[in-house]
Amino acid sequence: MEILIAVGILGGLGLIFGLVLGAASKMFYVETDPRLELLSDALPGANCGGCGYAGCAGYAEAVLAGEAEIGLCGAGGNESAKAMAAIMGVEIGEQTRRVALVRCSGYLGVDESGKVTGARRKAEYEGFKDCLAASKVGGNGVLACKFGCLGYGNCVKACQYDAITVVDGVAKVDSEKCVGCMACATACPRNLIIPVAYDKHVIIACASHAKGAVTVRGCSQGCIGCGICTKICPHAAITVEKNLAVIDYDKCTECGLCAAVCPKKLIASPVDTPEEILAIVRASMKNK
Amino acid sequence: MTYGQVLLGILISAVLSENFILVKFYGICPFMGVSKKIDTALGMGMAVTFVMALASAACYAVNLLLIRLELQYMQTVAFILVIASIVQVVEMFLKKMVPALYKALGIFLPLITTNCAVLGVALVNAQQEYDFLQSVINGACGGLGFTLAIVLFASVRERVDKADCPQCFRGYPLALIAAGLIALAFMGFSGLKIF
Repeated sequence: MEILIAVGILGGLGLIFGLVLGAASKMFYVETDPRLELLSDALPGANCGGCGYAGCAGYAEAVLAGEAEIGLCGAGGNESAKAMAAIMGVEIGEQTRRVALVRCSGYLGVDESGKVTGARRKAEYEGFKDCLAASKVGGNGVLACKFGCLGYGNCVKACQYDAITVVDGVAKVDSEKCVGCMACATACPRNLIIPVAYDKHVIIACASHAKGAVTVRGCSQGCIGCGICTKICPHAAITVEKNLAVIDYDKCTECGLCAAVCPKKLIASPVDTPEEILAIVRASMKNK
Repeated sequence: MTYGQVLLGILISAVLSENFILVKFYGICPFMGVSKKIDTALGMGMAVTFVMALASAACYAVNLLLIRLELQYMQTVAFILVIASIVQVVEMFLKKMVPALYKALGIFLPLITTNCAVLGVALVNAQQEYDFLQSVINGACGGLGFTLAIVLFASVRERVDKADCPQCFRGYPLALIAAGLIALAFMGFSGLKIF
């Protein structure tokens, strides 16, 4: 009998509290803008912070309040920008997809003659496996090149999308996985990572502003600012600034000529067989 | 001893000599979890104080019912039920009526449902056979003691985080040591008698 009373009392209490809660949820119901939930659904929900707001919910709120533009989300890209524009009832053009680029080509390797290529290490480094720590080692860090990728993977840790791996001592971005949130750029103590348009293939993966001779001593792959690319470029799209070639993507037509003539084979290009390169050179000769 | 003196005694002991965190070791999870910054620690402390005072009052009423029916052995279950419901209702109430306070306390309120300091104060009140006013004062001052402890601890942690210490001590190990030292300091209040 006693147990029945106990069950009854607790059950009754539970029932009363349940009713109170139910009534309270009706009484204190707060109307929220239904678009907020739709906007949140249109975002990928990765909370990477690439848009500059605290997580996807924060961005959705800012868009709803009119404080933020649509299309800041790199992870969602075109799809989510269009969905958000439809929800907010505005038009939006195509978004250019950006991906991260690590401006270093000092991959460690061995060439045909058995010579070690890539960024030269000044010394054995036994400290913390951390780029920031390695960059603080006396004399501009452990690499002979003070602009080179240290390869301890601070960017790899910062990436939420598994888009960066360290290959042969240099971080490499997988453009398919990269969403352009640029969290890696913030993590890199040497500011090596910059955004580039996803569909651009002619890229200069070096950040060395050192003089040619210094660059050569530190790395077999570095840009020495020789300027051959600037002379061959038919569209004047490449300039050498502070011993480093820079591409103006507004002028570049991606012909690949610069990549063909670069003595360091530093410029990534859309064409890479000798026949294709030859065809490009012939075509440019004809124009001249 | 007059009734006022008894109340004052409860007030002092709840804040200092019987501090819920540092002497009784209730509510350690939020104490470790939400004490990285002074601001959030203060927010959590205020929310806990509010809910503890409210829970003390509500659990006092429920306890009267349980005593009448001789069901004291159901105290724990009944109190959990009461506390969970109160936190929910308070959250909804604040969201509608006091949005500013809701924004400040909002994220902490659901966390409090599982804070054992709140259940602890209700059980202590029942055990000590406090009357209504004593229960509420014990709850509110216990909450203030919680706030004092967590804010003190957060300010210590903010400094310790920047300290240059061996890798193996970074983060929680050092926080736990700091917590132990603060608890030792609070042990100094034990045996404190006002009247």
